Amino acid sequence: MKPSEKPGSVGAGLKQRGVTRREFLEFCTAVTAMLALPPSMAKVMAEAISGARRQSVIWLSFQECTGCTESITRSHSPTLENLIFDLISLDYHHTLQAASGEAAERARASAMKDNEGRYLLIVDGSIPMGNPSYSTIAGISNYDMLVETAKGAAAIVAVGTCATYGGLPKADPNPTGAVSVSDIVKDKPIINVPGCPPIPVVMTGVLAHFLTFGSIPELDDLGRPKSFYGETIHDRCYRRPFYDQGKFAESFDDEAARQGWCLFKLGCKGPVTYNACATAKWNDGTSFPIQSGHGCIGCSEPNFWGAGPLYKALSMPVSANTAMLGGAVAAGAAAGVVITWHNRSNKSAAKMAHDKVTVQELTREEK
Amino acid sequence: MSYLDLLTFARGSALNWALIIFSAGVVLRLFEIFGLGRKADLAKPRATTPGSGWRTIFTRSLPVQGMLKRDPVTYIGGYVFHLGLLFAIFFFAPHIEFFRGLTGLVWPGLPPALVDASVVSAIVALVVLLAHRLNNPVKRMLSGFGDYLAWAATLLPLLTGYLAYHHLLVEYTLMLALHLYSVELLLVLLPFTKLFHTFSVFISRWYNGDIFGRKGVAS
Ligand code: SF4
Repeated sequence: MKPSEKPGSVGAGLKQRGVTRREFLEFCTAVTAMLALPPSMAKVMAEAISGARRQSVIWLSFQECTGCTESITRSHSPTLENLIFDLISLDYHHTLQAASGEAAERARASAMKDNEGRYLLIVDGSIPMGNPSYSTIAGISNYDMLVETAKGAAAIVAVGTCATYGGLPKADPNPTGAVSVSDIVKDKPIINVPGCPPIPVVMTGVLAHFLTFGSIPELDDLGRPKSFYGETIHDRCYRRPFYDQGKFAESFDDEAARQGWCLFKLGCKGPVTYNACATAKWNDGTSFPIQSGHGCIGCSEPNFWGAGPLYKALSMPVSANTAMLGGAVAAGAAAGVVITWHNRSNKSAAKMAHDKVTVQELTREEK
Repeated sequence: MSYLDLLTFARGSALNWALIIFSAGVVLRLFEIFGLGRKADLAKPRATTPGSGWRTIFTRSLPVQGMLKRDPVTYIGGYVFHLGLLFAIFFFAPHIEFFRGLTGLVWPGLPPALVDASVVSAIVALVVLLAHRLNNPVKRMLSGFGDYLAWAATLLPLLTGYLAYHHLLVEYTLMLALHLYSVELLLVLLPFTKLFHTFSVFISRWYNGDIFGRKGVAS
């Protein structure tokens, strides 16, 4: 019997759900392209994943909005519903699983025990450190649950900007003392998949990479897979020629906007945002924010929420304004008056102290 | 701290302080200069030459006859640099957005390729002028630390701006932050170094023109 036909294998699961080999190969081809692997790897990936046992996954959701789960359940063909049931064995996800209460917690405990050292831990949401009771699941604080579950994990995938960098909950003044997964877990490989929410295909790509190679993809300094976060939105934006020619939309509905000119002046943060939206796109490759007429808000960057107003151009001051300058001018003028007064009194003091010499006082030096 | 954090700080608090020091510093220096005053000239003017101060502001901006030939590097280099800098600061679209954010004023920009060329010319002119300064014994003797500081503080924003625009050397986000920091350094230094000539040059030209006019010397 081929490994892909063994009961419990991904291949068997796919077959059972009517996913043809061709469809699966198409999926693998798309993923290898996204991962910047050579096309020949598609077949290798298909073989490896089909023959593998379904990967045990525990998914923990902390301070989050469920947008990441929403995003991922809309990932394109084969959809994550397939992915969940065919590629992986999602042993715990408190939004998606049927079990609740103690039964759910038992599922987590048994998955951890049965797959010790082998399960993949996916986390969305940030962890409140201000007070453990700000966010709890089954009476367990987010911090305790993360530390406990991370112990036996093979690797951790932090999904979304909250889990990767603290995200929205961490925005100033950070009322809950939110931190990211990597702020807490230091001894496990962590793959950061930021975005608010992240692109579904990035998630599936990371999972497929892990299933194929049993290892995590190459990461950048911020823990992001280089193949997806290696370039900025601006690098790959189809409006870039307009930027280079200095052609900008001035408002969201002017003629320039309709002509598809660059959205820089409307606050686009594409030049400083590393993500794959411009190439992978959203909704089955339909479009991405800039394509639908709105600038990039930089949602996959750490602290993007505090990086200045969303609708101010990147080159605009975050908070400096005319009133501030007026205040500075007034302060300069006041200091100038004081200095002038000081200089003038010095001058008149010198004048007063000046002894005038009369002609009579001058004596001729005899030679 | 990520590069974006560095950039946010550069666009935020760091910029605010730099602008405050710059604005207050410029006004303070102007008060200082005007406050010192000049003794009233009680003599009868030799010639009535109204507007001679204003005229001089323009005439002194052109090389005196023969000087262009005697010192082409200083004159041509000076022009190229100052015009290049002017274009880069005031006619690059993202910079106009900066001024709009600060003052609400807008004006049309120049095509980026043109601004790019003017930045390159300004950088080349700065380098040539430095080489000339170092090679010319008189210029070298007249130069002190302040001159070299002013040179470096002016070069940095041009250079980092060029590198950022072309996505060279380091990540764009970091280079953009460095560009802003270098501009902030320039803003802080400007009122208190020789760079203050940005403001004082026209005042002194006016004064020279006016006083020489009164004394009957053509300006
Ligand atoms: S729309 Fe944004 S990302 Fe696209 S070219 Fe303009 S600034 Fe760059």
